[in-house]
Amino acid sequence: MATLRNFWQFVLGSLRIVLRGNAWYWLWVSALLVPIGIGAAYYVRQLQEGLITTNMRDQVSWAFYIGNFTFLVGVAAAAVLLVIPAYVYNWKPIKEVVVLGELLAIASIVMCGLFVTVDIGHPERFWHLIPGLGSLNLPQSMLAWDVVVLNGYLVLNLVIVTYMLFSLYRGRQPRKKVFLPLVLFSIPAAIAIHTVTAFLYNGLPARPFWNQSILAPRFIASALCSGPAVLLILMQLLRRFTRFEIDDRAIWKVAELMAYTMFINLFLLGAEVFKDVYSNTEHLVFMRYMFFGIGGHTAIVPYMWLSVGCSIAAFVLFLIPTTRRNPITLNIGCVLIWIGVYLEKGMGLVIPGMTPDTLGEIYEYFPSNSELWIAAGIFSVGFLLFTLMVKVATPIMLGEFRAAGIDPVDPVEHGAAALAR
Amino acid sequence: MKQTLPSRREFLCAVASCAAAATAAGCSDLTHTGWFQSRFREMSEAEKKDLVAGLEKSNTARFGKEVTVGVEPPMAGAEFGYALDISRCIGCRRCVYACVEENNQSRDPQVQWIRVLEMDKDKGVDFAHADAYYDAEQVPRDGHFYLPVACQQCENPPCVKSCPVGATWREKDGIVVIDYDWCIGCRCCMSACPYGARHFNYAEPQIPAEQLNPKTHYLGNRPRSKGVVEKCTFCIQRVRNGRYPACVEVCPVGARKFGNLLDPDSEVRAVLENKRVFVLKSELNTRPRFFYFYGL
Amino acid sequence: MPSALGRHPGEKIEVPPPPFTEGAFPCTDCHDPEIPVNRTRRPMEMAHAEIVLHHDEEHRWCLDCHSAESRDKLHLASGALVDFTESYRLCGQCHGDKYRDWRAGVHGRRSGEWNGHKTYLLCVNCHSAHAPKFQPLKPMPPPVRPEGLAGRGEPK
Repeated sequence: MATLRNFWQFVLGSLRIVLRGNAWYWLWVSALLVPIGIGAAYYVRQLQEGLITTNMRDQVSWAFYIGNFTFLVGVAAAAVLLVIPAYVYNWKPIKEVVVLGELLAIASIVMCGLFVTVDIGHPERFWHLIPGLGSLNLPQSMLAWDVVVLNGYLVLNLVIVTYMLFSLYRGRQPRKKVFLPLVLFSIPAAIAIHTVTAFLYNGLPARPFWNQSILAPRFIASALCSGPAVLLILMQLLRRFTRFEIDDRAIWKVAELMAYTMFINLFLLGAEVFKDVYSNTEHLVFMRYMFFGIGGHTAIVPYMWLSVGCSIAAFVLFLIPTTRRNPITLNIGCVLIWIGVYLEKGMGLVIPGMTPDTLGEIYEYFPSNSELWIAAGIFSVGFLLFTLMVKVATPIMLGEFRAAGIDPVDPVEHGAAALAR
Repeated sequence: MKQTLPSRREFLCAVASCAAAATAAGCSDLTHTGWFQSRFREMSEAEKKDLVAGLEKSNTARFGKEVTVGVEPPMAGAEFGYALDISRCIGCRRCVYACVEENNQSRDPQVQWIRVLEMDKDKGVDFAHADAYYDAEQVPRDGHFYLPVACQQCENPPCVKSCPVGATWREKDGIVVIDYDWCIGCRCCMSACPYGARHFNYAEPQIPAEQLNPKTHYLGNRPRSKGVVEKCTFCIQRVRNGRYPACVEVCPVGARKFGNLLDPDSEVRAVLENKRVFVLKSELNTRPRFFYFYGL
Repeated sequence: MPSALGRHPGEKIEVPPPPFTEGAFPCTDCHDPEIPVNRTRRPMEMAHAEIVLHHDEEHRWCLDCHSAESRDKLHLASGALVDFTESYRLCGQCHGDKYRDWRAGVHGRRSGEWNGHKTYLLCVNCHSAHAPKFQPLKPMPPPVRPEGLAGRGEPK
C-alpha cells in the first residue's frame, strides 16, 4: 500500500514538474503544439476522405508514412548502443545516461505506432490485431510479428524506466536482480524489432529490391548510426541546460562506436550496390531508379545522393579522433548521419522498392502536403513526449525530485551516479 | 475458435455498454455488424444469415433497388482454373469494363481489377517494357501483343500469408477472397502480391445506382467501403452458381477460358494438357491457377 | 473415357443462329431450282456484289462450299450436305486443329455454365466465311493514370 501511495505521489509530482517551466520551456512546447494541431487537422480530413489525400496509389501503396515508421524503429533501438557498453562491459560513464536511451526508445515506439495508425485504411478496426479478441495472424504474417515485438519493446522500456526512476525517487537503488535482466533483455529485444521490421519487407519476393538477405543487417547497421546521433546531441543539450553531468568520455565512447557502425553501414550498402550493378540483372532497375531515375522520373534522385554524401561525410568526421572529439565537428557529423539515414530509410528504402511496380509501371511518388504535415505532427508528438519525460527524469537523476520524507540529496551519492555503481 | 467467440463479443459489448450505455438488446444487434462484427470465416450459418439480411436491407435502401448478398460456399469437387490465350488477345479491354460493371468497382476514383499490358513482340513477356496506357484507333497494333493481368488465384498466395489479421484467405475451390469488414487496410497484401492484382479504395467508392449490379456475393462484388483492399474473385457470385466469369463471356476473341481443374472434360484441362502453357513469375513459386497459353 | 479434345464426336452442339445477311436466307427465295446453274467462276454482278472473297480466293469460289443442287445447304468435300447451323463441320474440313480446339472449348467463345449447359458460337459468328480474318477493334479507354486519380472533392 505504501508503495502504491508513493507511486501516486510520484505521478502527481511528475505532473507538477511537467506543468512548471521557464519561458523557453513553454516556447518549445507551444512550438511543438503548432505542427501537432495542423497535422491533426490534416489527419481528420484523411479520415473523412480516405488515403486519397496522400499521394500513395496502387502502384506505390506504401510510402512516406511507412518509411518514417521504419526509420523510427531504428531510432528506438539506439538505446542498445548505450546498454551494451554500460551493462555488458560495465562502463560507468555511460550507465548514467542509459535512461535517456530508454526514453528515446519509448518516444520512438509511440511515433512508430502513430505512423502505422495513420497509414492504415481502417484504424478503428485496430482490435482485429489484439490476440484473443481479434485474429492476429501468427506465425505467418510479419506485420503481426512486428505488432508483437514493437509493443513488447515499448512495455519493456516503460517498465525499465519507470522502475528505475521510481526507485531513485524513493531514494533507493534499483535492485540489480530485477533491473539487470530487464536491461540485458532489452538488447536482443532491440535487435528483434529491427529484424522483424526488416523481415516485413525482406519476406516479399514480389519486391526484389527488398528480397535480399542483406536487408536486416543493413537495417541494424543504419539504426546504430542514426539513433545514437540523436542521443549524442541530447546529451550535450542536457549537460548545457541542466545540472546533469555527462562525462566527455561517455560522448567520445559513443562516437567511437558510431564510427564502427557507420563503416559497417557503408560497407553493406557497397556490397548491395556491387551485387546489383555487377550482376546487372533485371533487378538493377530499382537501384537505377533510386540513383539515376528512369526515363525522366528523377524525383528522389537528389535525395538519394544527398543521403550517400551525408553518410560518407559523417563517417569521415567520426573516423578521425580529432573531429569526433571536437564538439562542433561532432555535432555536424551527428546531423549529417541523421539526414543520411533518414533519407535512406524514409525514402530510399520504401519508394524504390515499389518503383517500378510489380507490372513494370513507374509512378513517381512524392509525399503530399497532407502526408508531410501529418508526419510533422507525429514527430512533434514524439518530441513533446520525450521532452516531458526528460523533464521528469532529469530532476530524479539529479536527486532533486524525491519522495516526501527523503531529503534532496547529493546527486553524487544518490542520483544518477548511484546507478553507476 | 468457436468457443472463444462469445466471450470476445461479450467483452466488446461490455466495452461498448460502458461507452455508450447500450442496452443489452441493442448490443446483441451490434455483434454481427458494424464495429463489433466478427470474422465472416468464424460465423455460424445463423450469424451469416443475419449479417446478409442486414446488408441486403442497407444496400437496397442505399441504391434504390433490390440488392442480394449471397454467401454460397465452395462447391464440392470444384477447383477453379483460368487460361488465357495470349496469341488471341487483341487488347480491346472489353474484359476490363465488363469486370468493373459485374463486380461493382468504384468508377471514381477508378478501380479496375484487370490490367491489360501491351508488350513488344520482339521483347516477349517483359514487364519493364509493358504499357498499360496504350490508346489507339484500332487494336491489335503491329508488333505488339497483349497480356491481361488480374489476380492469379495462387495456390501459394503471398498475400494471404502477409495479412496481419487473416482477412484474406484461399477457399476450398481455390478462390482467394477478402472479408472487407475485417480488412484493416494496411496494404501488406499489396506489397506482397507479385502481380499488382490487389487494389485499395483510397476514397469512398462511387457507383451510380443505376449501374450497380444487384446480384452480389459477400466475399465478392458487394459494395465496398473506403480503406479496404479488393481484387478479382473469378466472379465468385457467378461461378459458385455455375456461371462463367463475366470476362470469359465478354471476350470478343474467346481468349479467356475458365473451368474446373478437377474435371478432365473442362476447357482449362484441355488447355493444360494440349497447349504450351506458362504462368507469370513462376520463379516465385506462387503456383498461379491462372495460366497463359499459346492457342496458335 | 473420351479425351477432352474432340470428344463426343456425334454430340449435337448448341449454337446461335448463323449470322445471315438480312433477307438472304432461305436462298431458294431467289435461287429457283429450275434455273440452270452457271458454274463459271465470275464476278458477282446481279446479286452478292458486296461479297469480296478473302478466303483463299485463289483456289476457292462460292460453289466450293455452297451447294448448287440444294441451295439452302452447304456441302462437304464428300458432297454430303450440311445445314448452315452445322457449318463448323464444313470449316473443320480444312481447319481441323481449330475445329478440334473449338469442340473442346479451347478455341472460340462460350457462354453459359462452366459445369453445365453451354452455348458455343459458330465459326462464322466471329469469322466471316468470305473474309475470315478477325477484324481489329477500337479499344476501350485506357485506365486513369495514378497521377490523375482523385476522389470526391479532390482537385485534379
